[in-house]
Amino acid sequence: MAEAPRNALVIEDNTGGGRPTAEALRESKVRCSVIVVADGAEALALLRREDRYSESKRPGIVFLDLDLPKRNGLEVLAEIKRDPNLQRIPVVVLSASDTEEDARRSYSLHANCYITKPADRGEFIRAVKSAYEFWLATARLPADISQGA
Amino acid sequence: MISEATGRAVEILLVEDNPGDVRLTREALKEGKVLNNLTVAGDGAEALAILRRGLDDGSRCPDLILLDLNLPKMDGREVLEEIKGDEQLRRIPVVVLTTSSAEEDILRSYNLHANCYVTKPVDLEQFMKVVLSIEDFWLTVVRLPPAAERAA
Repeated sequence: MAEAPRNALVIEDNTGGGRPTAEALRESKVRCSVIVVADGAEALALLRREDRYSESKRPGIVFLDLDLPKRNGLEVLAEIKRDPNLQRIPVVVLSASDTEEDARRSYSLHANCYITKPADRGEFIRAVKSAYEFWLATARLPADISQGA
Repeated sequence: MISEATGRAVEILLVEDNPGDVRLTREALKEGKVLNNLTVAGDGAEALAILRRGLDDGSRCPDLILLDLNLPKMDGREVLEEIKGDEQLRRIPVVVLTTSSAEEDILRSYNLHANCYVTKPVDLEQFMKVVLSIEDFWLTVVRLPPAAERAA
């Protein structure tokens, strides 16, 4: 079984106070480094290892919160999944929204999965942990992604 | 949770030509937490026919697809490409479930937008466990997309 990657990229904003997904990942005790960025442009720069991110390790999984302040989470998703160098990285889309429309659009843009954020904190932590463990322990990933090259 | 609003069973399409694996998968899914209904296609062409019928005649498209890669008539890789290239079908999560652990297959599947890639364990018990992990994650944690249908 492939080794779990070392880095998880969380794209979420903190204007609501705190970073729920990043914190949930840390609290779940999965063994990875959690990198948080607050907007899509930063996320893409990091994923493409541009500028100050040129030495960064590629994340093995991306958690993308649709509820970004600029409401452009779906554009960020589209851009990752359009890029031949990035599209193989699993992207877990999270949203407080339970609308069919957001789910449909996320999947159509090739989100690897869509999770409606549970209101209960314990359930939220379990959901985030399940997603991490599914791609990093149950599933196989391409070698460069799983090794965080 | 049975399913989204309606309480109906989750529809799963298994694309698999090995009868033993079909039997095992069916058994494992029966033990899952969420009510599900399994349809089996024995080759890629049959799978696509089922999917297209689901779109065109209003019978339901599956909510989740488990896809073997090495299939007669139409290879799983082609099926994956067709599904993810179709505007309506692409939303359906595809779990590639195959004996292959070749890097080439893993890479190609993700590049073709497979939602995930799972290698089938040889061991019976492990196989059941893996199918249950898939059921557990995709049917209880994930929000599945609304059923695919032809735009009016």
